[in-house]
Amino acid sequence: MHPAPSVIIFNTFSGLGFGLLFWLGMGVLVPTGWAAFIWFAIAYIFAVGGLIASTFHLGHPERAIKAFSQWKTSWLSREGVCAVFALITMAIYGAGLVFAGTRLGFFGVIGGLASLGVVFTTSMIYAQMKTVPRWRHWTTPAMYLILSLSGGALLAGQIKIAAVLLIIGGVLQMFAWGTGDRRFVEAGTDMESATGLGHIGKVRAFEPPHTGTNYLMREFIHVVGRKHAGQLRIITIGLAFVLPVALLLLASNHLIAALAVISHIAGVLALRWLFFAQAEHVVGLYYGKR
Amino acid sequence: MTQLPPPSTKKLGLVIDLDTCVGCHACVVSCKGWNTENYGAPLSDQNAYSGAASGTFLNRVHSYEVQPEQGAAQLIHFPKSCLHCEDAPCVTVCPTGASYKRAEDGIVLVNESDCIGCGLCAWACPYGARELDAKEGVMKKCTLCVDRIYNENLPEEDRQPACVRTCPAGARHFGDLGDAESDVSKLVAERGGFDLMPEQGTKPVNKYLPPRPKDVEPEIDILAPYLEPVAQDGAGFAHWLDKALSALPGGPK
Repeated sequence: MHPAPSVIIFNTFSGLGFGLLFWLGMGVLVPTGWAAFIWFAIAYIFAVGGLIASTFHLGHPERAIKAFSQWKTSWLSREGVCAVFALITMAIYGAGLVFAGTRLGFFGVIGGLASLGVVFTTSMIYAQMKTVPRWRHWTTPAMYLILSLSGGALLAGQIKIAAVLLIIGGVLQMFAWGTGDRRFVEAGTDMESATGLGHIGKVRAFEPPHTGTNYLMREFIHVVGRKHAGQLRIITIGLAFVLPVALLLLASNHLIAALAVISHIAGVLALRWLFFAQAEHVVGLYYGKR
Repeated sequence: MTQLPPPSTKKLGLVIDLDTCVGCHACVVSCKGWNTENYGAPLSDQNAYSGAASGTFLNRVHSYEVQPEQGAAQLIHFPKSCLHCEDAPCVTVCPTGASYKRAEDGIVLVNESDCIGCGLCAWACPYGARELDAKEGVMKKCTLCVDRIYNENLPEEDRQPACVRTCPAGARHFGDLGDAESDVSKLVAERGGFDLMPEQGTKPVNKYLPPRPKDVEPEIDILAPYLEPVAQDGAGFAHWLDKALSALPGGPK
């Protein structure tokens, strides 16, 4: 799959933002007044900034309002509905803390859960794709949730929670990669089933339908991005999980915490790049590629 | 709504004969022509006259080499367009309701004025039947020439998809695959028509007819004795040359 920068930025930063909103909503930290304003501003910049970035890959972003209508079937639509609900609910909760210094616990819990709901609905956009076997697995939503929760905890300065979640996340990510590497073959879609010619013999792509490239090949066949997958996996585990945990255990001052956050973000960006670049769409089989 | 309608009794679709297709790409050209000049956003090309030409097509013809365990390889031309699946995954993922499957005849269409160009339907399609037009930013796909097949302004023989109408080999057939008595359904039953990627569970309406088994060449032995290689009798110049070259270091024995 083509790793579109706008979608990678969206997945990374919105995940962090909604993760922070979750911990704020749950009352793990209860800032008031100006402090609350700054906390909520950070969370909203990440969450909303990511959402805005995600509209950059649309052909017609001006019609985005229509995307709220099909929540009965479409995970993308559910994501939109959930995001608006979470942001409004958390805005009410935040306003209580900033202006009145009171914690409207009901709004916090509902908004916090809805924030996780946004992350879950996002992950299901990918996990539902039968055409991309690597994504169609419980580890996809699990990793999205773990990354959002651990990144949010890291931003919120919750060292113990963040360290535990980051360790779980690192292990789960390695499991997701390991099992994901086999999933395309296990799904059983190959050139023989794609063309229905397997009963005659071994199928080989002889001549593509066109001399140049096309939308399908640009969007779904991304061989170059996978070239350095091995190194990128090590970098991802190091930056997103190991280094932040090490820094958190080492000392707890603001500078170290900031370094841990930056390292985690860089690692998650690499992780998201791999999430797309390594995912193979079955349509590539028609071109004899994966 | 992007909820799929209950399965229609009428299932309009194509039957593509892989035995007959000669790979001329006439269907590709007529499809591009009709769907650029008529309904909806035209199918744009980018850098059409350069080495990096690219464009939107609703129908493309691949060519595959199939190598049986024994005997010669076969070259099979393979036209591919939207299969108008009964369980169309492209429809349910659409967030805006732009993608829909018609309840009356099962044709899968895109309402272009509702399409936000998110591309998710193309992700959900295992067949590569949908292409986002780079100029218009909306999703394009085969309409089964819905603006031809019901068009009473056209002479009756033209009321079929442009690709079917134009195919010089008669490799493309259009009809109601929901009606077991229709010509296309009979053709599918007779020739063992099959689905592409059945394991994806999309239940395509379009069917493909497999290439017929190749004739096995009968042994022609009237002239065969006279066609024996001359060098095998152990005499003559060719035999001497064969021996001499084989004797050289590294020569074939």
